[in-house]
Amino acid sequence: MKETSTRNFVTVTIAGQLFGIPVLCVQDVLGPQSITRIPLAPPEVAGALNLRGRIVTAIDVRRRLNLPPRTDGGRGMSVVVEHRGEPYSLLIDSVGEVIEVDEAAYERAPATLDPLWRQISSGIYRLDGELLLSLDVDRLLDFGNTTMAA
Amino acid sequence: MDDLLREFLTETAESINQLDVELVNLEREPDNPALIASIFRLVHTIKGTCGFLGLPRLEHVAHAAENVLGKFRDCELVVTPDSVSLILASIDRIKSLLAALEDSGQEPAGDDAELIDSLDALASGKAVPVDATPNPARIQDLLTPAQDAEGPFDSKLGRALRPGEVSLDELEAAFQAAAAPQSSPGGVATAHREAAPARQEVARSATDSSLANQTIRVNVDLLENLMTMVSELVLTRNQLLQMVRSLDDSEFTVPLQRLSHVTTELQEGVMKTRMQPIGNAWAKLPRLIRDLSVELGKKIELQMLGQETELDRQVLELIKDPLTHMVRNSADHGLERPQERLKAGKPETGHITLNAFHEGGHIIIEIRDDGRGLDVGRIRAKAIEQGLAIQQELDGMAEQQVLQFIFRPGFSTAAKVTSVSGRGVGMDVVRTNIEKIGGTVDLKSDKGKGTTFTIKIPLTLAIVSALIVECVGERFAIPQISVVELVRVSEDSEHRIERISETPVLRLRDRLLPLVFLDRVLALADEAGSNRKNEAFVVVVQVGSSNFGIVVDRVFDTEEIVVKPVAPILRDIALFSGNTILGDGRVIMILDPNGIAAAAGQQAGGEHDVRSTEKRQVGQSDERTAMLVFRAGGPEPRAVPLALVARLEEFPVERIERSNQQILVQYRGRLMPLVMMEEKYELRSAGAQPILVFADGDRSMGLVVDEIVDIVEDRLQVEQKGRKAGVLGSAVVAGQATEIVDVGYYLQKGFGDWFQAASEGAFGEVAAKRRVLLVDDSPFFRHMLAPMLSVAGYEVTTAADARAALRYREDGQAFDVIISDIEMPGMSGFDFARAVREDERWHATPIVALSSHASARDFERGREAGFSDYVPKSDRDALLQTLSATLAVRGAA
Repeated sequence: MKETSTRNFVTVTIAGQLFGIPVLCVQDVLGPQSITRIPLAPPEVAGALNLRGRIVTAIDVRRRLNLPPRTDGGRGMSVVVEHRGEPYSLLIDSVGEVIEVDEAAYERAPATLDPLWRQISSGIYRLDGELLLSLDVDRLLDFGNTTMAA
Repeated sequence: MDDLLREFLTETAESINQLDVELVNLEREPDNPALIASIFRLVHTIKGTCGFLGLPRLEHVAHAAENVLGKFRDCELVVTPDSVSLILASIDRIKSLLAALEDSGQEPAGDDAELIDSLDALASGKAVPVDATPNPARIQDLLTPAQDAEGPFDSKLGRALRPGEVSLDELEAAFQAAAAPQSSPGGVATAHREAAPARQEVARSATDSSLANQTIRVNVDLLENLMTMVSELVLTRNQLLQMVRSLDDSEFTVPLQRLSHVTTELQEGVMKTRMQPIGNAWAKLPRLIRDLSVELGKKIELQMLGQETELDRQVLELIKDPLTHMVRNSADHGLERPQERLKAGKPETGHITLNAFHEGGHIIIEIRDDGRGLDVGRIRAKAIEQGLAIQQELDGMAEQQVLQFIFRPGFSTAAKVTSVSGRGVGMDVVRTNIEKIGGTVDLKSDKGKGTTFTIKIPLTLAIVSALIVECVGERFAIPQISVVELVRVSEDSEHRIERISETPVLRLRDRLLPLVFLDRVLALADEAGSNRKNEAFVVVVQVGSSNFGIVVDRVFDTEEIVVKPVAPILRDIALFSGNTILGDGRVIMILDPNGIAAAAGQQAGGEHDVRSTEKRQVGQSDERTAMLVFRAGGPEPRAVPLALVARLEEFPVERIERSNQQILVQYRGRLMPLVMMEEKYELRSAGAQPILVFADGDRSMGLVVDEIVDIVEDRLQVEQKGRKAGVLGSAVVAGQATEIVDVGYYLQKGFGDWFQAASEGAFGEVAAKRRVLLVDDSPFFRHMLAPMLSVAGYEVTTAADARAALRYREDGQAFDVIISDIEMPGMSGFDFARAVREDERWHATPIVALSSHASARDFERGREAGFSDYVPKSDRDALLQTLSATLAVRGAA
């Protein structure tokens, strides 16, 4: 007998692609924020922002995924996650909803996927009419090494 | 009562209370080794502290109790209620002694022999008399403990109770009543339960530590937490204030003001809870010095000034060890032995002085000894031995710089390793620890007179004052501690950014201040962007012992900020020391001046390290040189040594002729070539053109200038950076950043090949050129004299010091004449002359001395050393004459 387990994701959209961030990682969802630029920081770092007295490093996920900057004029949103005890705000285009997906719908990312994308994703879930790429937050934020590898 | 004693009482009262509890627990769990160990430790600490403070009664009681506890710990004795009672009795004795100590400031007279005997007996394994039956009569007595006569008899102790003492049974019962009333044995407990509070009342009012009641011990983490919360509160308050300030006449104004006041008071209050007198960090030093003086056989007196100076406990903790280390160093290395001191004409007793005081938001701590001072020679030798520097580097270093080597890792000049110091760990750790808390450490040393270390540290680490600046629309904070001053610069003001060979500098009170454009080091703008500014602000910051300026667009207020560490992925950026949230809620990065200095040094390709620029001075600092200041091809002043200029002339423009791409003027019946400072430079269209005439024999060359400004006699400190053809470097001349022109360059440009032809005509063959060795430690004079001599037809070889010159001898080279400076680091000119005379190879080579000091005695001394002649520095005609005269004599001989 096969037991079906499920996982919960917060869905976000980046450049039209649906991504899922494990719901337990997510601390906050923010609207547009004023972000302080940090000179000399890695290009993926958009800056720092103040989240109720905490300084949060903002990561430009588009930049991280080698995607062009947004052109549709939208200001974007942020999902705050914690990585090794430090808060990071992931800048994405928009936040969808919290969904429950069946582990049975899981598939490993195809080998033909862009290596950079494959690196930051823990796999793909087949949803109705759409594919959800699950984001591996640890690997997403570990860009010191991955950019070298890619 | 002194602070030490007070602190001891507070601390001990706490340990004792804890002991009581733990002993009772021990009775319940006699086999708990952790508990025994903890009790043992507490008693041991009490014993140690008493011994340290010179309290023999307390010490002996505690010692005897500790012995028993030691046996418990080592399982040599079984924990029984009786033995615990005996320990409790000794704790009570300690308590009563402490109470008396608190009242009178000294230990009461008395004898604890019986108690100690029974403890010893217990320790040696003998049975303790057991009598569990309490004597109700004693309770009455207990209520009046202050009797002169002997107290009631205690069956357990086997003797009468002393004044202030409490019977063990009573105590035990009291504890049982407090800890577990239900388990108390029936009637006895009831009687005692009433007595216990009474006793406590009496005991407290009469004897118990009132000090202990005034203070409570709070976990440091709790305070830290509180501090963070308050810091956040302050920031939020600032934020609110800023919001309300923009509203006119808001209903929030008044309550917010109150909130603001309360917050400020709260902040100050919390800060105060963390403040401790620095004396706390010094408390152990007198003992340390006493022990050291015995161990080292030195007489040392320690003087401590400003012990009440308060600073944050976090800072205090961090400087405790460095301070101890430095005092230890002073005692061990700094001070001499009594005989040596007497020999040096100093009092036998050496002094070490600690002095702490506030100065502008910082605490300054000085550690001064009147010992022998640091041995610069030995530090040099050690630096070479350990490969930290090479001789040439050291030669160019000021004493102060050499002293800095003691802060290098693994550097110890102690000839032998003593148990006290000289293990090669130390000053580097000291400096690292101090720098970690944003402090600086500096030292001064006078040979034979002593050494002074000066530590400068911020009052607190949590909230710092920072200057907010703006650069390309971004705001940054610079910690106020490193900011020395602010200077507004603009094109038309007194202060403007000047450039010497593309390096921006600011003239500030007769010093050249290296500048760093913040937008460039932060890669916010390219060079063009930095240059476009009409108006800017220079934040003068201090890094180590040198200053530099950070150029920013705007300067705002100073703000109190809470430094927070940057995210781990940004830690590699050395330019930021942290970040914070400003009053308006924005995140702001905090700049680290050390990092900026380092980054700026790197940007200039290592060639130009901002921090060391000022130190790389060329030319003897005490020599005054007459300089001709002029302008040519730009607004910035330029200068040449006056001694090199033959004449100042003005020629009507129409007399200037052009021929074969050369600009010429008829001058004294000859054609004199004119040279431009810059290629694209234009002659005046009308009127008279000022010309500096440089003459060589019967040949002359003119340098075209815009305007002759002045003749100034000044100390010439040429700073060399970014060599550019025709420029020796820059210097402050009459308070202005000035380019020093390399005349040799223009001489060659002017005479060019026709001089070459003339020289061949004069001497026949090039090979017949006389060879000159020029020895001068100053690159400035080497650069000035070498081209001049070569233009005059000599073949010039230069050496930066006497050793380098002697190497030419080893290489088998020969010269017709040697020109040598007198004052040179390492080997002086006199020594050099002697060395030349001593050896056969150069024995006959005449040596001409060059010096700025021209007294008859110097001259005589020079002759004795072997100099053939003597020429004052920068008198070029005299030098040329002397050279030809010297060579003529030699030729004739």
